[in-house]
Formats: sequence, C-alpha cells, structure tokens
Amino acid sequence: MRVRSLRAPSNQARLAIGALALFAAFAPPVAALDAGAPAPALALPQSGGQIVSLESLRGRVVYVDFWASWCGPCRQSFPWMNEMQRKYGARGLTIVGVNVDKRDADAQRFLQQVPATFTIVYDPKGEAPAAYGVKAMPSSYLVDAQGRIAFVEYGFKDDRKAELERQIAVALGTH
Amino acid sequence: MKTLFALLIAVALGGCAALQPPQPWEKGDLARPSMQIDPDPLQTTLEQHIYTSKEAATGGYGVGGGGCGCN
Repeated sequence: MRVRSLRAPSNQARLAIGALALFAAFAPPVAALDAGAPAPALALPQSGGQIVSLESLRGRVVYVDFWASWCGPCRQSFPWMNEMQRKYGARGLTIVGVNVDKRDADAQRFLQQVPATFTIVYDPKGEAPAAYGVKAMPSSYLVDAQGRIAFVEYGFKDDRKAELERQIAVALGTH
Repeated sequence: MKTLFALLIAVALGGCAALQPPQPWEKGDLARPSMQIDPDPLQTTLEQHIYTSKEAATGGYGVGGGGCGCN
C-alpha cells in the first residue's frame, strides 16, 4: 500500500477548510450555563474606572445580574436587589449588576430613576453576556463562594422573589 | 483562484441567513416605542377613520382600540 506523503492540501480540502472557518466565524455564542458549571471570568470596570472581577470576589457569594436601561423588569428587580444587598451583605453576599447598554447616557438616566446600592459594572461590548450565554434580559446568575454557578434565573417576576431569596440563603448557608 | 470563487459564491448564496439574529442583550434599539408595529393605537384608529371616510376605502385594516365606535 502506497503511503501518501504530506503535501499541500488539495483544492477540495482547501474548500472544506475554508467553509469550516467561515462557519466558525458565524458560530452562535456559547450555550446556556447549567448549575454546577464554573462561572466564566468577569473583570469589568465600574463608573469610576476601577475593575471588579469575580476572582477578587472569590469566597463571597456573588449575584451577577445582567441589566439594561431598556429592560422593563429591571425597574422592579433593582429595589429587590437593593433589599437583598442590605439584608445579606454582611453575611457574604455581593450583588454585581452588569450593564449592557451601548450608550452610557441611557444607563445613567436609568440609575437616576432607579438607584442601585449594589456594585454596578459596565460591559457595552457585550462580551460578558456572551460568555454567560444570556438568553433573556434580565438574567441573573448566583455564583457560590467556590466560583461555581449555583442558580440561574432568566427574567424577573414578583412571584419569583421568594424563591430567589431562598437560593441566596442556601448559597450563603454553605459559605 | 477557482476554489476561492466557489467559496465566495457559497457564502453569498447563504446571504444574511449566515448572520446571527440580535442577541438578547443587544435588543436595546428594538425596544424603543417607535420600533413597534403600532406605537400609538389611538392615533392609528383616528387615521384609519379619516382614511375610510375621505377615501371611501372599505374598512382599512382591522384596527382595535379607539373610542369613537365607528368600526
């Protein structure tokens, strides 16, 4: 049997490789994260410029919430998140709101109307929501003290508040 | 050269189907009221009523809302 030596790829092979490369370029973002998966790294700036990263918050339970000025349910979730930060902050909870507005002015106008007492970071390019596989706005990811996703919530509804608070308490309980 | 040409044709035939729809976090501009199909139902009803009356066109498209009871 004749062994084929390494040589330049045939035209057919080039076509296949080119097509694959193009499909990869148009590939959809990552699939949704499940509970138990390690939380993707986050390192985003606050309004003053200082970077907040998940790594620096290791050991605390982090509630990562993706929000935007154009997201209606966010107007309801902010007062609730303020309440959670106030209630559980001392027990080890840090809420990080990741803003995905393309224009900063929109985000600031929202924050003037609906103030936040928790950490707000900005990701106008949208790399963090892509890494987290965000499927709806708002999306919340509860990251436990070991850096793993404990709970995922898409959207925000009033009747889910009790369940979300219970999840936070459970994550803090094992802290 | 022929390979490249064939590849380009393959992509062009795909057209915009190859692109991703807007991601959930990119839908800010789509959420503006002016991007709705019918941003102001009352305005649409009034316009349709005037259109029907003046142009004697039948019905206009089915319009809900409004309060004048003409439809």
